[in-house]
Amino acid sequence: MRTICFYFQVHQPLRIKPYRFFDIGDDHYYWDDYSNKSIIRKVAQKCYLPMNALLLDLIHMHQGRFKVAFSISGVCLDQFEAFAPDVLESFKKLVATGHVEILSETDAHALCSLKSKGEFTRMVGRHAEKIKRHFNGYTPKVFRNTELIYSDKIGGMVAEMGYEGMLTEGAKHILGWKSPNFVYQNSIDPNLKILLKNFQLSDDIAFRFSNKTWPDYPLTTEKFVTWLNVVPKDQEVVNLFMDYETFGEHQWAETGIFEFMKALPSAVLRNTDFDFSTPSEVVKNGTPVAKIHVPTPISWADEERDLTAWLGNDLQNEAFSKLYEMETRVKNIEDEEIQRDWNYLQTSDHFYYMCTKFFSDGHVHSYFSHYDTPYDAFINYMNVLSDFILRVKIKENEMAEAEE
Amino acid sequence: MKVLMFGWEFPPHISGGLGTACYGLVKGLNHHNQEVIFVVPKLWGDEEPLADFVNASDVVIDYREKKFKKIWKNLTYLEVSSFLVPYLGPEEFKKYTDFSIHDRTDVDESVFSNKFEFSGKYGKDLMKEVSRYALVAAQIAKSKEHDVIHAHDWLAFPAGIAAKEISGKPLIAHIHATEFDRSGESVNKPVYDIERAGMHAADHVVAVSHLTRNIVINKYGIHPDKVSVLHNAVLDASIIKSDTRKHVPEKIVTFLGRITFQKGPEYFVEAAKKVIDRDPNVRFVMAGNGDLLNKMVERVAELGMGTKFHFTGFLKGKDVDDMYAISDVYVMPSVSEPFGIAPLEAVRHNTPVIISKQSGVAEVLVNAIKVDFWDVDAMADAIFGLLHYESISKMFRELGSEELKKLKWEHVAAKLVKVYEKTILKK
Repeated sequence: MRTICFYFQVHQPLRIKPYRFFDIGDDHYYWDDYSNKSIIRKVAQKCYLPMNALLLDLIHMHQGRFKVAFSISGVCLDQFEAFAPDVLESFKKLVATGHVEILSETDAHALCSLKSKGEFTRMVGRHAEKIKRHFNGYTPKVFRNTELIYSDKIGGMVAEMGYEGMLTEGAKHILGWKSPNFVYQNSIDPNLKILLKNFQLSDDIAFRFSNKTWPDYPLTTEKFVTWLNVVPKDQEVVNLFMDYETFGEHQWAETGIFEFMKALPSAVLRNTDFDFSTPSEVVKNGTPVAKIHVPTPISWADEERDLTAWLGNDLQNEAFSKLYEMETRVKNIEDEEIQRDWNYLQTSDHFYYMCTKFFSDGHVHSYFSHYDTPYDAFINYMNVLSDFILRVKIKENEMAEAEE
Repeated sequence: MKVLMFGWEFPPHISGGLGTACYGLVKGLNHHNQEVIFVVPKLWGDEEPLADFVNASDVVIDYREKKFKKIWKNLTYLEVSSFLVPYLGPEEFKKYTDFSIHDRTDVDESVFSNKFEFSGKYGKDLMKEVSRYALVAAQIAKSKEHDVIHAHDWLAFPAGIAAKEISGKPLIAHIHATEFDRSGESVNKPVYDIERAGMHAADHVVAVSHLTRNIVINKYGIHPDKVSVLHNAVLDASIIKSDTRKHVPEKIVTFLGRITFQKGPEYFVEAAKKVIDRDPNVRFVMAGNGDLLNKMVERVAELGMGTKFHFTGFLKGKDVDDMYAISDVYVMPSVSEPFGIAPLEAVRHNTPVIISKQSGVAEVLVNAIKVDFWDVDAMADAIFGLLHYESISKMFRELGSEELKKLKWEHVAAKLVKVYEKTILKK
């Protein structure tokens, strides 16, 4: 087997509106409907709709020899449902071809795998239900954790939930001399197959495609095929994992990214001995070569491939620990709105906005953040969380009174 | 008596307490039928007509006057350090100078032109404006008759000195804040030099508190006999009734001011931790902006009280009133506060206050708890006490508002007139 496995992450957080101290105890709606809607609409026009149409064409054209996988977060699905039903429809069409796989993940694109097994399991279950509802009873077999976060322990929990495979980063400090182009196994439960992102070839498309200072600019399908052909013959699978927003959003249409993708499948099928597979096909057909040991969690973020983009400074740690202090209390509360907000408040992006890594050396890492500074992000989030805690307390009192 | 007064700002266009104090003082002098010529770098046209306002931007300078040359010679050194921005903290200041060092011109010809449009702000051309202001002052001193010159804070000191040079009338230097209050021990030398020159050139110095008077004597070498204290007052002592209700069940303890070294925000944060450890049913609010804001946010996170300690950013207008209204305790832990008008605002909202002993307002406000700014244990004790022992806060509420009624600008102005008379007599 020589195969390419495309996986795209589709995710948009539910952004919090500017929420002031004066709002605490008074305003219980936290979400910035206007910007959430306008961002979904913008990205739909630039990326989701044109790229979905392109993929559908490619799948038809190659009669099933070209295939891809998606992981669509629950918080993103909810926003499609509310603001972009046309996008949801186009994903349904893709899944209906039978050549598009949907992966499992946490409903809110959360970091709960690092904190609580209970919450992690619940959230994965909730996402599975959503996928089933939207995609005609579809049941994912392979798991992808938020931002490809993985450790032996997380893999163990995922195996326990019955998944056959899981995706993560081919982080250099984990692999050492080993190649990401094989199927590996979880070190606790070898039944769970691990697919590792080939970050070189993935990032050539996702990050470097339009970078004019890159020596290999411009990237053509000819060049890409040459690079695939120098992958040693014994290596089975090249995993190309990236943000779906790469197409049309991070790399604008003007860069030629759509044309590149349009031409890539034919070029690969004609000029290499690679074909295309979905993650569950790779898990089924690949030969696991070894266990992979990941004692501390890794992710696909930044040069360090660790968790410091979300949980690296005091602000993030404080917000994260104060949030999860609420877990057991929230669990016992039957209230749709509290449960909804509990879910959305866990989205990893809220913690990403508080990252000071880039801030400190003067770079403004503002592309993905609507806040001026990480401090603003923290203040806003903590105000919301303070209100949320008040609501939980009030609800608990109500429930206690009702019992009496 | 005719007073030629030099300020830097006047309500409603103010960015600090200086403008408010000038307003109160002019109003008080009005009450005693004193004539005031009030000069500001820039007039907006909507100032209350309490004085003969002179817009420095409109004054045309006559360079044929020989004395101007001498004044200008004394002022040239100001230009050398023209990136000085006195009301910025060191971090903001560095950011600013990094930027401006690349596009500054060493001598700006516009200073020598006949007319000059002042911004009247505390911006990047501050030093240029201060020195130009002095030239304008000389012109005004020549053309407008007056008995005494009164200059407020260092920005107006070169103007006061220049005016005295021309008319020979006595100069009063009014100290609302010194460089030691703003910057601690790391003073900006050029600002200090101007302050010192102003105080030494003055016939008499007026300080807003004994605290400030001591600084004037000890750090600027002014003879004690030459320095009087004139405490600030309040324009309106009435109690402000508010319909604003808080939405949280917890009690609220508030810090409201610039988040800078001078205001001691870190002591408030540390005291908050001690209170929350004992009583979790309290929320702390830090309202304002400043170069230490991010450091405070980090410290709050580090202490793990992010859901109990809130930041509002800069507040203005109704938000300020609302903040006072919903506060159960107001704390001003200033490291060095020449006067500090904010606690009096809190009193007007019936909010009990804790103030540092290192603030001038502590000299006039009896019904407040006073602690050393660095004594976070005492501060925490005081907060806890005011929150839990209703009798003290009730007493403060009742007596505080009575006390406020005694702090009138008319009284301050009456004392000021005496200072004028004595100084003129001496001369």
